[in-house]
Amino acid sequence: MTSTTPALTAAPAPTRALSAARTTATAARVLRQLRHDPRTIALMLLVPCVMLILLRYVFDSSPRTFDNIGASLLGIFPLITMFLVTSIATLRERTSGTLERLLAMPLGKGDLIAGYALAFGVIAIVQSALATGLALWVLGLKVTGSTWLLLLVALLDALLGTALGLFVSAFAASEFQAVQFMPAVIFPQLLLCGLFTPRSRMHPVLEAISDVLPMSYAVDGMNQVMRHTDVTATFVRDVLIVAGCALLVLCLGAATLRRRTA
Amino acid sequence: MTRLNHHMMNNVDDPSRPPDPHSHAAHDGYDAHAVHADGLTAVRGPRTVLHGLDFTVPRGRITGLLGPSGCGKSTLLRAIVGTQANVTGTLDVLGLPAGHPALRTRIGYVTQHPSVYDDLTVRQNLDYFAAVLDPGHAAAERRHDNVTRAIDDVDLTSHGDALAGNLSGGQRSRVSLAVALLGTPELLVLDEPTVGLDPVLRRDLWNLFHDIAATRGTTLLVSSHVMDEAERCHRLLLMREGRILAEDTPQALRTRTGTETVEAAFLHLVDEAVAAGRAKETAR
Repeated sequence: MTSTTPALTAAPAPTRALSAARTTATAARVLRQLRHDPRTIALMLLVPCVMLILLRYVFDSSPRTFDNIGASLLGIFPLITMFLVTSIATLRERTSGTLERLLAMPLGKGDLIAGYALAFGVIAIVQSALATGLALWVLGLKVTGSTWLLLLVALLDALLGTALGLFVSAFAASEFQAVQFMPAVIFPQLLLCGLFTPRSRMHPVLEAISDVLPMSYAVDGMNQVMRHTDVTATFVRDVLIVAGCALLVLCLGAATLRRRTA
Repeated sequence: MTRLNHHMMNNVDDPSRPPDPHSHAAHDGYDAHAVHADGLTAVRGPRTVLHGLDFTVPRGRITGLLGPSGCGKSTLLRAIVGTQANVTGTLDVLGLPAGHPALRTRIGYVTQHPSVYDDLTVRQNLDYFAAVLDPGHAAAERRHDNVTRAIDDVDLTSHGDALAGNLSGGQRSRVSLAVALLGTPELLVLDEPTVGLDPVLRRDLWNLFHDIAATRGTTLLVSSHVMDEAERCHRLLLMREGRILAEDTPQALRTRTGTETVEAAFLHLVDEAVAAGRAKETAR
């Protein structure tokens, strides 16, 4: 038997920090897992749409408010959804022993994280496309800038959510704890991101805190696209900050994946 | 006495073994041992789980790691696979230090609880792990053959398209085993693979283990807390409270202790060890 299938042992594929084939295989696996769970897919895709419809008619008599909050929410939904899904998915991976198994195999930590980011990035694109399409063409959300830029920000927000979810899952011992990280990590950002009142009108201490929270820039980026026809310097700054934060937290998340554990 | 045996065996089996223990990675082919431990100690939190173990696991044979629950079997196996933190002492696996990246394709490891994705089918599970072991488009056909063979090895061909989460406990642990059989590993480390299985299945799995060792030359290290499985192994490591109690063939253990079964031999050795411990204490 050894003589007929020696390929693997003869030339073991090296473990590199990042391998395209292993990353895409991981992303395909994560998406395949989701496909066996159509209810989760439906919830991920439809809940943001339902919320937008709800919001549109909550502010039935003040479409201006809907424009403001609606655009912000287009950035916030992907962040929250991906945060929840990733934190539970990676927690499961840690507790089911599959993570230990994978790390005893020639899988790079980067492969695993990039695989998750890729898979949830795809979901985020579909989710954002649906929500943005609905908001723009059915609910009459007024956006001055390009729809593509809205999608770009939404995608980066989703990556940030994935990164945060991955990171906090390292500190959760159970699904109960993982879910509780949602209010702990997301709600403060939600309150301070300028969704309820402009950040400049908050208490100076809170404004300073909001300056270092990534969601503030995610929401600001969305509002830039809404108000300006072309790409503003502020928009570029926002996008870079959100992308940088996502990358930083992804690296922190990678550091929490240990090949050797006690 | 076992210790003496073991050192003699070292000399008889392996006269060409280089004297410098650190150079034998280059002499891989000369190493008759799949695993060699010297003063292996593992600490988990405040507790020392493994106390300076010395033992060897011969290549191409089935070695049973037997001992009661909580004696440190899983920690020892995790150390060999390279997933256990805070391990000190010498531990060489297939001629390389345990945990060496080059070992990751050469060892198949099955954890005590089946580590597979419940929301994937049996085949999808194996497809993914095969892609991690042997990635790329060029290897697609080889992967497909490997996956089909591994599913067939564990007798799950008729369940290939069933979700792992819908399988029985025994079937899920066989999926987990199939993952370890992908890619023809040189060393298979199995943590209680037969626990909770019915007798027929247990017999079938042991037949598979023997078949794998005989036809593929694979080294198997199988842990169990059920002593009657000991008779099916070529060689045994008996373990208790983080120490190796004995290291020998089942036959030699029974003869040496004058007992009928390995279980009786184990009890005999435990009594001996306890008595020796008491004698030492009174001598103080």
